This record gives sequence, structure tokens and C-alpha cells, in this order.
Amino acid sequence: MSDTPKFTPSRRQFLAGAAVATGAAATGKLVHAQAAGPDPLITELQPWQQYLGDGVDARPYGMPSQYEAHVVRRNVSWLTADSVSSVNFTPLHELDGIITPNGLCFERHHAGIAEIPPGEHRLMINGLVDNPLVFTMEDLMRFPRENRVYFLECAANTGMEWRGAQLNGVQFTHGMIHNVVYTGVPLRLLLEEAGVRGNAAWILPEGADASAMTRSIPLEKAMDDCLVAFKMNGEALRPEQGYPVRLVVPGWEGNMWVKWLRRIEVGDQPWHHREETSKYTDLLEHGSARRFTWEMDAKSVITNPSPQAPITHGPGPTVLTGVAWSGRGTIPRVDVTIDGGITWHQARMSGPSFDKSMHRFYYEFDWDGRPLLLQSRAHDSTGYVQPTKDQLRMVRGENSIYHNNGIQTWAVNENGEAENVEIG
Amino acid sequence: SREGGYGLGRTALPEEIAAWDIDIRPDGTGLPVGLGDVYTGEELFVDLCSACHGDFGEAVGRWPQLAGGYGTLESEDPVKTIGSYWPYLSTVWDYVHRAMPYGSAQSLTDDEVYAIVAYLMYVNDMVDDDFELSNENFLEIAMPNEDNFFMDDRAETEYTLFTGEPCMENCRESVEITARATILNVTPEQEAAAAAEAAAAEAAAAAEEAAV
Repeated sequence: MSDTPKFTPSRRQFLAGAAVATGAAATGKLVHAQAAGPDPLITELQPWQQYLGDGVDARPYGMPSQYEAHVVRRNVSWLTADSVSSVNFTPLHELDGIITPNGLCFERHHAGIAEIPPGEHRLMINGLVDNPLVFTMEDLMRFPRENRVYFLECAANTGMEWRGAQLNGVQFTHGMIHNVVYTGVPLRLLLEEAGVRGNAAWILPEGADASAMTRSIPLEKAMDDCLVAFKMNGEALRPEQGYPVRLVVPGWEGNMWVKWLRRIEVGDQPWHHREETSKYTDLLEHGSARRFTWEMDAKSVITNPSPQAPITHGPGPTVLTGVAWSGRGTIPRVDVTIDGGITWHQARMSGPSFDKSMHRFYYEFDWDGRPLLLQSRAHDSTGYVQPTKDQLRMVRGENSIYHNNGIQTWAVNENGEAENVEIG
Repeated sequence: SREGGYGLGRTALPEEIAAWDIDIRPDGTGLPVGLGDVYTGEELFVDLCSACHGDFGEAVGRWPQLAGGYGTLESEDPVKTIGSYWPYLSTVWDYVHRAMPYGSAQSLTDDEVYAIVAYLMYVNDMVDDDFELSNENFLEIAMPNEDNFFMDDRAETEYTLFTGEPCMENCRESVEITARATILNVTPEQEAAAAAEAAAAEAAAAAEEAAV
């Protein structure tokens, strides 16, 4: 068996062939491609039809097909000073459904990946509590558990696009997000175990890595739906996602989801630490800044077609798909346009609709081969409608860095190639 | 086992809490007894910090700039430093102590942190070069930009604008492209290169097949 694939799917395949089909498809009737002759992939015996493949002991932890080797997290090296306090991006254009595979969930670290033996991890609760406590992982596994599907979106997702169209790919414009099933203990149970005192109003989760990440979170949120999670998509958290344990803060900016969680302090005031003063504050046009912008507003993006996923099949039946999410509820509706917003269509929502989770939408249409301007517009369960980038700039200016949930435009040309653009 | 709850976990000992509970608040809660002056801070900063942050906090390459930027917050290119942007001095003390130097976190003594913070105040034109910072005068310091932060107001300023049934048909006369990402050309090239490689390999395979 050869290790190297003979053929890698190309993003530009069959463009020449597509041009031939244009005339027929433009009449609006489906025309099945007439084979020039018998297909050797059918008429000739292929190696996989004849020779034996790997046995069941060859792949104890399975990996994707060799033909999917291009489906990986990527980074943008010029974004940060080094790769240790940095971010990479989920390949949204290669995914479908709503669950992000663990190995493709984007990473954001401030001091690299802490590698912690689970037997040597401790979680402390201290501050305004009756009993300051220390838990081992074994202790945490003995509390009642919950399973919930939540998106985690970095506050800076799409932040490079505030001043215009900059990065040419949905992975880079929108890939600081993942959506997985968490198994964990409600934070409320741990706080109740320690006995929260009457004047408590805030908590301060802290990470065990070398950045010792801290954020102030209102006690109300902590007692509502935060989880202390040790599993994602059924298996242990990946080291880059906080193994052995992380905080889950549903609907709120990813920075607050403290990884390698080692301590929770209970207090009566916020701490105003670096990640909620210098960072994760949103500078507005007149020089003042919003602080504590926790919730991630309703947002959507078309993942296919997109710059990294052009239309390669030519005119005719075309599947447009994308994802939508809101930190304030579910997404009952997504509108899409293929003409830059002159006419909008309600997309088809498909798959489970969970609170504060990613949703999947589709819009199937017959492409006539002419240029397209694609946009999607999410509606969340509170009635909020995803704004345009211009609407956001009117309120905030262009320097707030975080919380860019503006509508994304992809321009598709006659060859099916897509580009990140803005329209007026 | 304790009263109530699940009786899981054990009581945290005072020494354990002291080892991990290092956070500082704007009201001074958590500040240890100690002091440090600008001159001592300068020596420490040049030794431990300047390789990334520059001798005067002006930054080297892409590393964070710690000083300067006054009067830039309303400009097209705001420079957000400790002096121009940060609301509280306590944050500087807390963050340097917990996470710096980058790659050698929590290696500074309390007095060293006081000295480095004093030097950072000096390079931000907040104090003279004979200044000494201590737990006793810490709360007298006000940061220049403290009053320019306000609580998230999206509920009042945005949500009413962004609700209601949007237009679905005949929503605009015409559309034109006003900005393009490909003009900037700053997207990582691996993808394009891989695609080109695959296309070339395919073309070669097709040529080979045609020749059969």
C-alpha cells in the first residue's frame, strides 16, 4: 500500500469542463453530462478492489483519510508577535453540520499549551465562601454532570475585517470559533459546596498555565449556566483546550472560558484584570471604551461557496451553506442573498437548534453562471437581526477590534471563484 | 466529610490559598507590603523586559508597547499603552507579577514588581525619576484614562437599531463592490500553493492518461 495519495482534490478542477456546460445549463434545464466513453474507474479493476487493507489493530486512534490532509487548523503568522501567545483558525469551509471535530477546534493561548498530568491538577475555590476547598479531578468526577452543546467564539473573531475586507478565506475571517458537546459539572454545585457568602457578587476563574489567565464574571452568570467541563465531544478535553478541565461560559466571549482551570475566587467586586482592561475592552470612535462586553451577538457566515471553497462544478444545482449562532439564544431563521441584498431568501435550517450553539443553514439554487454577491443574515430568538458592517461602524467606529458580527459578503465570479469583498 | 452538599473536596489550607491567591484589585485588595523605585525598576526592566518591550517601553517588533500613545485614542491609529489606555495601576502590578517576564512567569519578588511598575509609570510620564512606589502610596495614583471606560451599553445603543423585520425584496437599486481582500494579499499562501500544486499534478495525470 502506498502512503502518498496519487490524487489530491483540487480547488480549481474542471473549470474548463464547466465552461462547456454553460450553454446547456443556462437554459434552466438539467443536462446530464454525457460520458465520452466508458469510465476506467468502473471498467478497470482498482487496487482497493483487489488487495487487502489495514486490519482493525492498525489504527487504535483513528485519523481522517489521507485525502483530507488539507483539512487543518491554520495560523496567520503576521497577526501576533510569536506563535505561543497566538491564535489559529478552524477550517469552517471544510466542515458541515454543527459539531466541530476536536482536532480542528481553533486554539488561542497566552502562554502556550500547558501539559498537566490529571493526577497533579487541583481546583481551588476561595474568597467569600464558608469553606475554601481543594478538588482533585477524581473529586470533580463525583458531582452530577450535564451535557450541553455550546459555541465558543473568540471576541476577536472577524476583528481583522473592521476596516475593510482583509483576509481571503472564511477560515481566517470567521474561524476563531468551535462548537462541541461539553460534559461537565455545573459551576453552581461547586460554589454551593464551598458555601457562597451573602455579599458575594463576582467570581474570578484562573488558569494553571504560565499566563495564569483571569477574568471577572458576575456571580449571577456563574450560578446560571457555567460548567466546569472535562469532556468535549465525548472524550477528554484536548490539551490545547484546557485538559484536564476548563470553564464553559455559554454565549460569552471565548476569553472568559478559562482553560486549565485551577482556582475560582469569590468576591464582592470585579478585579479589572489585564484581560478586561487592556484587552477585551472595545474602543469607540470618541476615545472612550466599553468594558465587560461579555455576550457574543447573533452572527452568521456562508462557508460554501467561499474563497477557499469555490464553485468547481459550473452552472446548475448549487448548494450554499453556512453557520449561524447567537450568545443570547437560538437561531430560528437565517436569510441569504445571492445578488448583494436586492432580494433575500429564507434559508433552510437543518440539524438541532440548541441555545447558544452553532446552527446549520442551507440554500439550494440553480446557478446561471453569472457573478454572485453572497450574504447571510441571522435572526436570533430575541428578535435581534444581524447588522451590516456599516451599521456597526456607525455606532462604534473602526477601532473596537472585538465583537465584529457584521454581515459578510463573498463575490463569486463566472469561474466560480469567490473573494472576500465589501459592497455599497 | 462536611455538613451539606456532597461532602466532596477538602478544606484549602491557608498556605495553599496564599500560594495561589495572588490577585490584586483596584482598591488595593491583595497588595503585598513592599516598595521599589524608578532607578531599581530601570535596571530590572533593561535586564528582564527590554528585549521585547524596548528600553523605554516603546516595544521591539510586534511585542506590546507599554508607554506613549497619549492623545491617540480618538485617532485612526490608536496606540493603547499603560499610560494612554489602562484604567488602573493595580492591573499593571497584578499582571507583571502573575505573567511576566514572558516565559519566566512568577519569578519576580514583590519589591521587584513595585520597582518595575514605578519604572513603567516613569516612562509613561506619570512620575519623576526619583519616585518610589509602595503599598502605602499605591492608592494615591490615578491613571490618566480611568474615566474613559463604561459598562457595555449595547442593549441601549444597538439592540433597538438591530431588531424588526428586515427588507426581503427590492431592497436596493444597485450594488457595487467597494473593497476587495485580494488587493491586500495578506492571506497565508499555503492554501493557494497547495491548490496550484494539486492542479499541476492533476494536469500531469490527465496528460499521462491522454497519452495512453
